[in-house]
Amino acid sequence: MPVLQSFCEWLQNTAVGSFISGSTWAFPTIETIHVFALVIVVGTIAIVDLRLLSVASRNRSVSQLSNDVLPITWSAFCLAAVTGGLMFSSKAVSYLNNWPFRLKMVLLVLAGLNMVYFHFMTYRTVHKWDDAARPPSAARFAGALSLTFWIGVVVFGRWIGFTVR
Amino acid sequence: MLAQVAQFCDWLSQTPISMTFQSVVWVIPMVQSVHILAIAIVMSSVIMVDLRLMGLMGHTQSISGLARRFLPWVWWSLLVLLVTGAVLITAEPRRDLLNPVFQAKMALLVVAMAVTAIFQTTVARNMEMWDLSPQKRAGAWVTAILSLLVWTAIVGCGRWIAYVEHG
Repeated sequence: MPVLQSFCEWLQNTAVGSFISGSTWAFPTIETIHVFALVIVVGTIAIVDLRLLSVASRNRSVSQLSNDVLPITWSAFCLAAVTGGLMFSSKAVSYLNNWPFRLKMVLLVLAGLNMVYFHFMTYRTVHKWDDAARPPSAARFAGALSLTFWIGVVVFGRWIGFTVR
Repeated sequence: MLAQVAQFCDWLSQTPISMTFQSVVWVIPMVQSVHILAIAIVMSSVIMVDLRLMGLMGHTQSISGLARRFLPWVWWSLLVLLVTGAVLITAEPRRDLLNPVFQAKMALLVVAMAVTAIFQTTVARNMEMWDLSPQKRAGAWVTAILSLLVWTAIVGCGRWIAYVEHG
């Protein structure tokens, strides 16, 4: 897509992009914050997913657990998105053409769609199964999908570092 | 001492198992991914307990209940981290063992494990103790802050191993 290509060329030549790529400490620092944020995103999502799969926190209601955990997830996600965007801006064209990066973005979108479907469809009836140790199959399926997608996001995210030029 | 460590690194990197890890392209990225996933479990479990200790989250559940629910995940994940970490050291001994950031990470890890173990046994012995008095609530705050800082520093060191130039 030429539009994306020229956007990336513009992005990596902005003051922010060229500062990060020209500095010795900026990228590792941003990456460290990214790792800190992403482990919290993935770990807290796993807490909810494992509850949906009735593996853990079985005596805690799904809605209470979500209310406790998801504000932490969203705060960390914002941090991960900002730091991820900053890293992207340092070498935008290279990332755009990197297949683990592309797969990671696809998996992020899939994880988002799964979450939206779960929230607006499956979760509407949560009052019926909030305290059930074993939630209905649609909820268990959403939990399994979410875990799979997020594990994939981590794997491909790590793979970017080994393949991007 | 340092010379012996360097010698050990050179011996280890010549062993067949190390050479296999070095030559199979996917070993290091895959093992690092599993390492990060285990860190995700540790950090999220620690945060769940520490935010409750600080009174910032989950008022409807007891500290001891949260500790019982989440701290076993920390110890089991640490086992995974030990195994995957050992694979990464075997693959690139000099990168880690001679690296001052790696050494700092290991020292911090000892502190973090001690804080977690002491907290866990204290809570197990007296389930209500954190709510007994203002002093003890202040103790809960200090424990939580210390735990969060040390675990975060460990994650930071882990990433900086890759960037520090050393012997």
